[in-house]
Amino acid sequence: MTMQLKTRKVDIVNVVDINGKITLGEGNVILRDTIRNLLARGEKKILLNLGDVTYIDSSGIGELVSSFTTTTNQGGQLKLLNLTKKVQDLLQITKLLTVFEVFTNEAEALQSYK
Amino acid sequence: MKATETKLSVTLESNFQSVEVAEKFVHSAMDRFRLEEAESHRVEMAVRESVINAIQHGNRCDESKKVELEINLTPAKLTIFVRDEGQGFDPASIANPLEENNILKSSGRGIFIIRSFMDEFSVRRRHNDGSEVMMVKRLSSNSNSNSS
Repeated sequence: MTMQLKTRKVDIVNVVDINGKITLGEGNVILRDTIRNLLARGEKKILLNLGDVTYIDSSGIGELVSSFTTTTNQGGQLKLLNLTKKVQDLLQITKLLTVFEVFTNEAEALQSYK
Repeated sequence: MKATETKLSVTLESNFQSVEVAEKFVHSAMDRFRLEEAESHRVEMAVRESVINAIQHGNRCDESKKVELEINLTPAKLTIFVRDEGQGFDPASIANPLEENNILKSSGRGIFIIRSFMDEFSVRRRHNDGSEVMMVKRLSSNSNSNSS
């Protein structure tokens, strides 16, 4: 399944619900464009909901890192919500759990931006 | 070939559609071998990363060059070969993605993931014929007991 992505604004936070694969090619490009578009509109509080991500490869991880650094460099915040076991394992072995702020509860995640 | 050994192979074009072909090929093989889901996912991911490397860095996306993917299963282990027609590389020369200076880089994690998910990983140069990555996953006694 290719990636599907929906963005919703909850109070001051842009929640990006991602469904499917974040992998080399289309998935990465869609995510990159979405983050760029949000930042271009001045929307710098971003929460990526990865609860329905079925697969992520090293390119997808690279895109998450790139999204994080781009947002941070522009004075924004990018956090992660609802990691699946597979995504969590990969972020663990690549030590990226020490980089990202990760939440399992959307309300708590939203509260953290205030 | 020994009676207890199963060998499957496929030849892939050097384009990124082949990554999906390789993924389906390995997924189907893992189903046939009845590997546990978590173990299967790790093998599939290692193959995916290796095939991407072979296409992108080995064959440099030259569509006149091929990538061969071979899977050998015995009761004790799963051995996977990914062969390309490129110049090969020295795994020791690849930067450690866990180092502080590298952790926020957007690339360079493929080989690290393969090494993390497989029990053995090696690269060798084939005589005038490209390079070969070998990956091994040792199997627990009941991992593939139902394969036939």
